[in-house]
Amino acid sequence: MSSAKPSLRAQSGPYFGDFGGRFVPESLVAALDELSAEYALAKADPAFAAELSELHRSYTGRPSLITEVPRFAAHGGGARIILKREDLNHTGSHKINNVLGQVLLTKRIGKKRVIAETGAGQHGVATATAAALFGLDCVVYMGEVDTERQALNVARMRLLGAEVVSVKTGSRTLKDAINDAMRDWVTNVETTNYVFGTVAGPHPFPAMVRDFQKIIGEEARQQVLDLTGRLPDAVTACVGGGSNAMGIFHAFLDDPEVALYGYEAGGEGIEGLRHAATLTKGRPGVLHGARSMMLQDEDGQTVESHSISAGLDYPGVGPEHAWLAAIGRATYLPVTDAEAMDSLRLLSRTEGIIPAIESAHALAGTLELGKKLGPDSIILVNLSGRGDKDMETAGRYFDLLDAGAQQL
Amino acid sequence: MTNTSTPGTGYTSTVEATIAARRAAGGGALIGYLPVGFPTLSESIDAAVSIAQSGVDIIELGLPYSDPVMDGPVIQAATQQALANGFRLRHGFEAVAAITAQVDTPVLMMTYWNPVLQYGIDRFADDLAAAGGAGLITPDLIPDDAQSWLDASERAGLDRVFLAAPSSSDERLVQAVTRSRGFVYAVSTMGITGARSDVDSAARVLVTRLREAGSTSACVGLGISTPAQVREVLEYADGAIVGSALVKALADGGVAAVSTLAAELAAGARDIRAAV
Repeated sequence: MSSAKPSLRAQSGPYFGDFGGRFVPESLVAALDELSAEYALAKADPAFAAELSELHRSYTGRPSLITEVPRFAAHGGGARIILKREDLNHTGSHKINNVLGQVLLTKRIGKKRVIAETGAGQHGVATATAAALFGLDCVVYMGEVDTERQALNVARMRLLGAEVVSVKTGSRTLKDAINDAMRDWVTNVETTNYVFGTVAGPHPFPAMVRDFQKIIGEEARQQVLDLTGRLPDAVTACVGGGSNAMGIFHAFLDDPEVALYGYEAGGEGIEGLRHAATLTKGRPGVLHGARSMMLQDEDGQTVESHSISAGLDYPGVGPEHAWLAAIGRATYLPVTDAEAMDSLRLLSRTEGIIPAIESAHALAGTLELGKKLGPDSIILVNLSGRGDKDMETAGRYFDLLDAGAQQL
Repeated sequence: MTNTSTPGTGYTSTVEATIAARRAAGGGALIGYLPVGFPTLSESIDAAVSIAQSGVDIIELGLPYSDPVMDGPVIQAATQQALANGFRLRHGFEAVAAITAQVDTPVLMMTYWNPVLQYGIDRFADDLAAAGGAGLITPDLIPDDAQSWLDASERAGLDRVFLAAPSSSDERLVQAVTRSRGFVYAVSTMGITGARSDVDSAARVLVTRLREAGSTSACVGLGISTPAQVREVLEYADGAIVGSALVKALADGGVAAVSTLAAELAAGARDIRAAV
């Protein structure tokens, strides 16, 4: 390692290159300052780390496994493909890692109410879970379109004791859920902490959420070394807001021999408008409190995104990803709905693992990457979530549900 | 980030002068918000002109934006309709030019930051100044991240109104006062736009703190909808900002209704000393 080169891992905001900052109403600045200060104290407090670590072990089930998937990998040029199994976490995705950290922080600050936004429902379910565990009031904002396509997750949140607010403004998806959560926070900031679900938003959220997710890469880096005796040639993940991707990328940022690939939702194809490929097709702009890349029209109005996966259906992306793309450290490519769904079925049938549709984008991208890197290569994929929540979408997509269903 | 802008050389803010004149006359300024393009572009221009003619001292002209995090349901609905009707940023400059051609009332634009960024900060400042606009109110731009706007507004001779909140630290209030020109927008309550039955007592405290921070031009907004509330606020503040109530009047009763409400509100803003 060259001492002249600054560590990419050391970045902690408010800016990542030209991206990040705080573009928020003045009313929120005090709360963001309080959160930053309290987080800095917590970060330096061994008792906080110990409590979080114990929750990871005894509640979430960390460390999560890695699983090599040779039958699946045979379709990807024979590269060795290793999955980091965040799908096995309690609540079914990586989201719990961040939520437990932020809820412990909420407890430290002394607030009794948490709010969250959710797209697919994974972050909402994780927040409702942690709120139940710690006896906090919880309100989850979810776009009306998403409450319809993720009805089972709505039921899960309600069963856990959370109030789910169906957001009927704007495009009625994740971006509007974030707007309404911000409005709630501005109004109730004295009693309420906003448990933000991804590495976007105003400082300190991008760095803080990244820090709570970086355990994924720290575990996986060692696990791959133990299994194969070397670092992987590439690490891959899906990118919506980008928290699971930052979580697995971060430990490898200062390993220049490890390529990093993020796969965005290409939706129905990036030639048209029905996609969520923010880094591929977006321009720099300000959305939800940070300067980053975003899908927007000439006037700076946010353009509605599209993806078969509610969790990737977001017109923005975290500022650290925008920076990693700008400096060329990570590569971001689009994967279409159809490619993702093919990979979802392929992993199910070759390995007996049903991934979330979000994670299936990473799998599809990895198969193509494997063909490029060849049979001697090792690729680590973040399998960020499991597919249970997506069965209705998959059932309809593959025609598995009704009396005349396909026997695949 | 360093803030190094210097107060304008020879530049006087018509907004500030208007507010000072109202104070000197024993009342305070009434600032009225309406969005461009609602219900249509031409009606929004007519509505803005009519409230000025009915006694509104300063017009706050809102640019519709897809993600208005500071706005409540009434303004959200109006600006969403404007966007659905095909609102474009150039309509904002057209509206400012059309309004300032008909009335002398200063016009500030209220806009979220991304449209300005995409248009180009300097180009936006130049086009706003050319249209006769007085400056910008920026609800999601804090002075900490505003260096390029501080520079552009200085160069183009435009006002810049930053927000101050009950939760702001003393240091941040000083920053808001120092960086703002025209007035400081004192957020009456922790919340978003929309009529409220009581204007929070936090507003009075905030204005007192802004005075201690050096402000001579502190205007209170959020939740003000009646002549009585305007009068109450102007007992301690330099201006009262009314938004959602005007937008609702325009939505329900057209230009005639918004003009009537503006006249009633303006009556609340005059001769405060006589009333108290």
